[in-house]
Amino acid sequence: MITDFLKLAFENLRKRGLRSWLTMIGIFIGIAAVVSLIGLGEGLRTAINAQFGFLGPDVLSVQASGVTYGPPGQGAVNPLSDEIVDEIRKVGGVEVAFNRYIATVKMEYNDVQIVTSAISVPEGDNRKVLERMMNVKSEEGRLLKDGDTRKIVLGNSFAEADNQFDRSVRVGDSILLNDIGYDVVGVMESKGSFLFDNAVLVNEPELLNSLRDDDGTTDIIAIKAKNINDIPAIKKDVEKLLRKERDVDEGEEDFIVESPQQTLESLNSTLFAVQLFVYIIATISLLVGGIGIMNTMYTAVVERTKEIGIMKSIGARNSTIFTIFLIESGFLGTVGGIIGITLGVSFAYGLAFIGKIALGSELIQAHVGLWLILGSLVFAFVLGTFFGVMPAYQASKLQPVESIRSAK
Amino acid sequence: MAKKKSNDKMSVKGRNKHPKTDLPVSKHKSKSKEKHKHIIELRDVWKIYQMGDVEVPALKGININIHEGEFVAIMGPSGSGKSTAMNMVGCLDIPTKGDIYLDSKNIAQMTESELAQIRGQKIGFIFQQFNLITTLTALENVMLPMVFQDKPREERVERAKVLLEMVNLGDRINHKPTELSGGQQQRVAIARSLANDPEVILADEPTGNLDTNTGTNVMEFLCKLNNKESKTIVMVTHDEEVAEFAERIEILRDGEIVQSKKGKNHDAACNKDKGGRRR
Repeated sequence: MITDFLKLAFENLRKRGLRSWLTMIGIFIGIAAVVSLIGLGEGLRTAINAQFGFLGPDVLSVQASGVTYGPPGQGAVNPLSDEIVDEIRKVGGVEVAFNRYIATVKMEYNDVQIVTSAISVPEGDNRKVLERMMNVKSEEGRLLKDGDTRKIVLGNSFAEADNQFDRSVRVGDSILLNDIGYDVVGVMESKGSFLFDNAVLVNEPELLNSLRDDDGTTDIIAIKAKNINDIPAIKKDVEKLLRKERDVDEGEEDFIVESPQQTLESLNSTLFAVQLFVYIIATISLLVGGIGIMNTMYTAVVERTKEIGIMKSIGARNSTIFTIFLIESGFLGTVGGIIGITLGVSFAYGLAFIGKIALGSELIQAHVGLWLILGSLVFAFVLGTFFGVMPAYQASKLQPVESIRSAK
Repeated sequence: MAKKKSNDKMSVKGRNKHPKTDLPVSKHKSKSKEKHKHIIELRDVWKIYQMGDVEVPALKGININIHEGEFVAIMGPSGSGKSTAMNMVGCLDIPTKGDIYLDSKNIAQMTESELAQIRGQKIGFIFQQFNLITTLTALENVMLPMVFQDKPREERVERAKVLLEMVNLGDRINHKPTELSGGQQQRVAIARSLANDPEVILADEPTGNLDTNTGTNVMEFLCKLNNKESKTIVMVTHDEEVAEFAERIEILRDGEIVQSKKGKNHDAACNKDKGGRRR
């Protein structure tokens, strides 16, 4: 019975051709907006999370500002001096402070060359502190230890089969960084962040000797407080110190002292606000689309009054007529949803692809999860049926005699 | 005559024990003239329409009894209330006052859903405008009443094909109504009216949109249904010539039955081979 009704609904929609499409436009624009923008938002969230080198409620980072999007500390106009860390260590409440260096390196493997970031790991006690801050764990092999030269630990994405080298890198493999051979001693656990999964960990002396100019500057200074409650005070003191050191007035700082976790939270809440805004716009679009369906269905009831009368006279009950019309509007919603999802997914991935080509980075990422697709589909169907209830009810209540007499 | 009747009764009883005999189209007994059983009974039926402040009576207490297997024409000029009467008989409308019994059940007290059920099972409609669903093929149109009765698909397809073959449209089953002539469309409608093997066929001006030849052809089909499939047929028409095909003609004027007479052409047109079949 349902398959017969589905066929009936399909035939009716097909007969109305252009009008069915126009009705569905409202739905598929809304669904496409939801799918693509949520998809891109998820990707953006991942990308933003990836911008932070380390996290923790008791951690502060210091960077020279004027930073472009890219690895932290790179491209600053006036880089931080690597001697200032000694001053920072003297600030009250600071437990540990150390320099972190990041080098952009040419990486070659399987005859493929790519550019990526090499991140320094300090020697001695600070190694443990950093590993905890970054939450680094090895999935394969081991992490670096003091005295490791020409040895590296890789981000998780290099171990994947479909990486940029078209061959997964294994522990024990040799890889070229800036044309120097390095042995891979370990692979990090995936952190779900682009930057980290594509990073290379190198011991600090090794990095400074072979991969980066040891020019007396640093990219980031990491500070760990003895007590979480001291973070605001330490932040203030470090800012004061740096202003003096770099000879800038308050309000014109060319550096940033921040708590990565707090910044991440505030960025995420900004992102959430943006997404909420998008949801609202999409909801309005879907509401308009739903009203479009309702309008179309009312028109259909008027147009097919005679047909309804005929069907009733040959035995269709009110509930049958109701079902037929409800299926039709549900069908409009669902088909609109399918088209919307297709458009949305293509738009999100298309934009990410264009971004990759235009910006040369993978900052704009699309991530359309299965739940998003299924959720949108169910939502589109529910929307179609919801806005079809009233017209279907009206259709079901028509009197057979008057309906049959109505002129076609 | 009385002798014949009792013979009939016996044969009917005998057949009823085997309802699924050789008849492909109807499970009902062949031509039974059990005149005592009223399949349709209208008792003092009034229908009053409210036109603003004015009450317009379309039917003024009519009484009609229709026996099982009878072919009755309700004739009258437009405005006589014949369409209203037919809507009542067809369970499409309920009377303002009075009772209508269909197969001993009072439909005046039924709910919409029950009425729809009765229409689907016991009544087959044939309309002046044919009233086929334009988006469906002939086969699907004939199948539709069975869809509403939730019959399994295989059974629907098989029966619809048999019915379309019966009305000589076996080669047109996949055509849409717009691809068929008026006469062909009306024959599809006849096939559709038989889909659920109803006891009563209601025909509203069945020849009204057809030329004389095609009209006569359709009337012959109706006769055949009455004669061979023992369907009770109630036909509404303003055309005297068409009405003469019926066994009995009830003439309606201003909402009242003014005359009841025998149709002149019925025996000639419809009972041609009756003797042989009645054994």
